[in-house]
Amino acid sequence: MTKIDTSRPETVLPTPSHTVGPFYGHALPFPGGGDIAPIGHPDTIALQGYVHDGEGNPLPDAFVELWGPDPGGNLSQVDGSMRRDPASGGFLGRNGVEFTGWGRIQTDAGGHWTARTLRPGARGQSAPYISVCVFARGLLVHLFTRIYLPGDEAALAADPLLSRVAPERRGTLIAREERADTYRFDIRLQGEGETVFLEFQ
Amino acid sequence: MTLTQHDIDQEIAAEHAAYEKRVADGAPVEHQPRRDYAPYRSSVLRHPKQPPIAIDVTKDPELVELSSPAFGERDITEIDNDLTKQHNGEPIGERITVSGRLLDRDGRPIRGQLIEIWQANSAGRYAHQREQHDAPLDPNFTGVGRTLTDDSGFYEFTTIQPGPYPWRQHVNAWRPAHIHFSLFGTAFTQRLVTQMYFPSDPLFPYDPIIQSVTDDAARQRLVATYDHSLSVPEFSMGYHWDIVLDGPNATWIEEGR
Repeated sequence: MTKIDTSRPETVLPTPSHTVGPFYGHALPFPGGGDIAPIGHPDTIALQGYVHDGEGNPLPDAFVELWGPDPGGNLSQVDGSMRRDPASGGFLGRNGVEFTGWGRIQTDAGGHWTARTLRPGARGQSAPYISVCVFARGLLVHLFTRIYLPGDEAALAADPLLSRVAPERRGTLIAREERADTYRFDIRLQGEGETVFLEFQ
Repeated sequence: MTLTQHDIDQEIAAEHAAYEKRVADGAPVEHQPRRDYAPYRSSVLRHPKQPPIAIDVTKDPELVELSSPAFGERDITEIDNDLTKQHNGEPIGERITVSGRLLDRDGRPIRGQLIEIWQANSAGRYAHQREQHDAPLDPNFTGVGRTLTDDSGFYEFTTIQPGPYPWRQHVNAWRPAHIHFSLFGTAFTQRLVTQMYFPSDPLFPYDPIIQSVTDDAARQRLVATYDHSLSVPEFSMGYHWDIVLDGPNATWIEEGR
């Protein structure tokens, strides 16, 4: 069953998703996972937030992946997010100069995550945003959402996704500015204030 | 009330019957689990109740989600895909070779992309500090591997057959032996985390996690095939497992779908 004959397209069917479970912590997170911005870059922003369940409890066993363009709206094709040390087998961390655009951050014991990345530039018809993918124990299929930044109301109003979301839920996709260049973005998997999640077709 | 395997069995059967009825009534085949699958109790408070907002990727080729982060030789080491060589000594257990291809929905190979795996040791114990199962740790086995797919989309890992393990959701709850896989495609929309199982595991009917995939054919796609040609003489048993990433990618735009 799991040898796929690509000459028979009807047999090419998707592999189902499964939860990450509770025990990925020694495998997937890596040092500097959230330090996406090159060191000293003037367009650096900080992001932080909590991941909550349907009763409002923070998730200590979730992780988020962020994927976004540089301030010019360009998507990186540079590797090296999890650079390794061939001598020890350990992690060297990012080199602090190149921008890979991608990061992976596990929530801490309080359900809190943080990242430093570059302010995304606009692409296509959309207002600038960072794509987010959420994984957790108990989540059978990961969830996609987006972090939009406040400020340019005209761009947000014209965004093809935001303009389709009910006004009372729209705010779940827009980070809140806490101080200059620092933003708060909470993710609520269920219930009051449930984050808007996306499905790509 | 103590939650028993019998309780969970009945819930699994009810979910399966409900799915069969939906399909019989004309609903589409479900290749993916529903996020709301109560026999797996951890899903109850962790699934959205609002429907997702659908995004038609063919409307805008510039969507961030239509490209993927890149990984390369700097992100792995030479022995990352051999989980039996990461310590000074040999791990305990049956050595296995797991190999297959990473494909998109059109059967095209996904080249040079990152595959990450993690698993329990041969006794069914993860090298994770919060693991409570009192089976022995193996000082020569961490159970973490990485590789990049080759130009035909192939990957290969050498590892140890993982053991089944109890997980306390209900009395006598046991997970069938499995290897966790994390996968990237050519588009972030194709991101996948899943688990690979081994043929004919007697625990399949009792496990609400594999049964969360209610479609019988889709569930079979999580089970590797024993492949004698992959078995390495005097060394390891071979398993073949091809992976097909769901989700649209940029080629869908070129083809005007």
